[in-house]
Amino acid sequence: MVQFNLPSNSKIKKGQYYKDKTGSKNIRKVNVYRWDPSKNENPRIDTYEVDMDNCSSKVLDILNKIKNEIDPSIAYRRSCAHGVCGSCAMNMNGKNGLACTKSHSDLDGDIDIYPLPHLKVLKDLIGDLSTLYKQYESVEPWLKTTKINDKENIQTKEDRAKLDGLYECIMCACCSTSCPSYWWNGEKYLGPAVLLQAYRWIIDSRDEDRKERLKKVADELKLYRCHTILNCTNACPKGLNPAKAIAEIKKMLATA
Amino acid sequence: MSSYKIIDHEYDVVVLGAGGSGLRAAVGLSEAGLKTACVSKVFPTRSHTSAAQGGISAALGNMGEDDWRWHMYDTVKGADWLGDQDSIEYLCKEAPAAVLELEKYGVPFSRTEDGKIYQRPFGGMTKNYGNETVQRTCAAADRTGHAILHTLYGQALKHNTEFFIEYFALDLIMKDGACKGLIAWNLNDGTIHRFRSHITIIATGGYGKVYYSATSAHTCTGDGNAMVLRAGLPLQDMEFVQFHPTGIYGHGTLISEGVRGEGGYLVNSKGERFMERYAPKAKDLASRDVVSRSIAVEINEGRGIGKEQDHVHLHIDHLDPKVIEERLPGISEASKLFANVDVTKEPIPVVPTVHYNMGGIPTNYKAEVLTVNGSEKTVPGLMAIGEAACVSVHGANRLGSNSLIDLVVFGRAAAKRAAELVKPGMKHDEIDKSETDRCLDRFDKLRNSQGSNPTSELRLSMQKTMQSKCAVFRSEKTLKEGVDEIRKPFEGMESLSVKDKSLIFNTDLVETLEFDNLIRQAITTMDSAYHRKESRGAHAREDFPKRDDENYMQHTLSWCNGSKTKINYRPVHRSTLTNDVQYFPPQERVY
Repeated sequence: MVQFNLPSNSKIKKGQYYKDKTGSKNIRKVNVYRWDPSKNENPRIDTYEVDMDNCSSKVLDILNKIKNEIDPSIAYRRSCAHGVCGSCAMNMNGKNGLACTKSHSDLDGDIDIYPLPHLKVLKDLIGDLSTLYKQYESVEPWLKTTKINDKENIQTKEDRAKLDGLYECIMCACCSTSCPSYWWNGEKYLGPAVLLQAYRWIIDSRDEDRKERLKKVADELKLYRCHTILNCTNACPKGLNPAKAIAEIKKMLATA
Repeated sequence: MSSYKIIDHEYDVVVLGAGGSGLRAAVGLSEAGLKTACVSKVFPTRSHTSAAQGGISAALGNMGEDDWRWHMYDTVKGADWLGDQDSIEYLCKEAPAAVLELEKYGVPFSRTEDGKIYQRPFGGMTKNYGNETVQRTCAAADRTGHAILHTLYGQALKHNTEFFIEYFALDLIMKDGACKGLIAWNLNDGTIHRFRSHITIIATGGYGKVYYSATSAHTCTGDGNAMVLRAGLPLQDMEFVQFHPTGIYGHGTLISEGVRGEGGYLVNSKGERFMERYAPKAKDLASRDVVSRSIAVEINEGRGIGKEQDHVHLHIDHLDPKVIEERLPGISEASKLFANVDVTKEPIPVVPTVHYNMGGIPTNYKAEVLTVNGSEKTVPGLMAIGEAACVSVHGANRLGSNSLIDLVVFGRAAAKRAAELVKPGMKHDEIDKSETDRCLDRFDKLRNSQGSNPTSELRLSMQKTMQSKCAVFRSEKTLKEGVDEIRKPFEGMESLSVKDKSLIFNTDLVETLEFDNLIRQAITTMDSAYHRKESRGAHAREDFPKRDDENYMQHTLSWCNGSKTKINYRPVHRSTLTNDVQYFPPQERVY
């Protein structure tokens, strides 16, 4: 039997414990993954006691409270704070999601906050998404049309409706980083986020490159590493269904 | 000062910011064959354009007769005659082509029955010079900004634009009054990058985060505006801050004006549709400053809703759930998440919330940055577009859906103008080391701050002051207090505390640099507001309730050095660009 072990410098150590200083009776323990690339130290879990009587409802509010009031050194991405920019994707109590839309009341017990799984960590909760971005680029996410005129393309309501559930993707990477297949073959398998985007252009009635697009993804590794585990659909904070989009691509290829 | 690793780059043009306007400019520049770098502190699709909901205005006439001149009139009136009419003409005339271009790029616009781009009614958008509501705002459901931003990023990829992502810009490089590039800090590896360029285009967006409650993202800190101030150049019309009538109460999340466009309406605690009293004709679709003030009056006069009587209700529960599902799905989601409201059954609690900065870096309609030296003059090598710029097309109050069109029309204009001014491969000027030293001195000083005031405390103090002293209604008293108070957090920087000293993703330092940027803009906003003794658009003075065209049909210019400001004015352009349309002289503004 093969034994899998983390290299010794990746083992997570116990970090600092920040005791509550407000005297609050309503305390919650929040455990946060920390790693600083400029220090030659192992990753650690810091624990913060957070006064929940003065904290708004989302996990991002907890992180902001920690950063503003307890420990300004904690690093995470954040921007819009209402689930449209996709910056604050992270793993909370074992599930990927957006910190800005995840209510902490939905999480039981102590709260564990980690970076998205299986990404190279740049610092604390900030993961390296550059591979995913390159894969996104590889599906050529732009409309290909030979119509050159100053009129709009006509698209029926029905054809436009086919883009619903696809164009809303915010590229937060919650789906791809929850996919075991993407964990193993992340360099080669495009993963659910990028395949959803590939399908968004394949199915756009205005696009004239459908055949080529299909041919390009019809690859043992790029596409068929999807084993319908469905973690992606389960993880999507926008309620989209990447697994279905992948199935549609496979179906189009099978019936082409 | 510790030594920093500096990496040099040479580009024909550098675009700072990768939101809607920055990306549109970058696409145009790459198309023109100019070597272009696009520098952004966030990955492009994280930019705040993604939060724009309701739509993008253009007189396409897909849903009934329309004319760009009507659009122009509405914009001039919406701006309360503080907009430059040459620029407004350019915006409205170019708008239809710009939207059709976006459609060709692949934006998934909603569609009409005959397959054309769907357009919805929006505040202040009318037919035949103010006569009746028109459907002019092109929409991709209620996620138009998101759809446009992602599409533009795709176009930039198509054109092989070079991106420098998660680079935080520090300062402009100036020489003899001209801009020669910028200096940025790469968050990924901690190195400092010096970009030399013939033209620098600032597309850094607004600075909503000077306020406590704003629909703006955490990253809306107006970094480009502050860089311009530090370069000794003025900002324009900073007192004009738009409060969006409908931010979710308690959280500030935007609820699109498209909701009222689709038939939603506001009520007070008595169940009255109070907008009928303030804007008999346009009602809930009056322009944003008017609706926000009306809500504020209702609340001030005790007709607010809730325990604190401090908000009103927005109803769409009378609409067909199918319409909500097709055209307002994002609103339903946000209302559920942040107000725990099912919009098909209950009203949404809303309150006016800071949303947009009409003010910014003064430019002409070609996106060239202006300053004054006796009369108007352009700053060589420097352009500004999008919310960072003050062209000025929005004047004292922007109409909803005019910001997205502003992004693409002027993003395109900037690229066109840059291509006229720069030939690929032109030689770069030598730049003095002192510019880099000055920039890194500030950086290093902030990084090594060992004082006692955390950035978050100073920021909170600034935000609370702006929120209470420079709100929907202003007066001599509140503004005078504000002018004094807003300097306290600035002075607090003398004993600043920055805990994290590292250089890779040091977000403690990023936020400190952002605060240093914000506070300068907060000061210019407060001082500009104090000096404008009239009411116009979003600037409502209780002590000067009337518009004063004789003294104030002028743009405010404000310079800022430390906490010291200098205020000056330049006249509003009172002519159109061409003879295709007549100048609209000031009128009383009623909706």
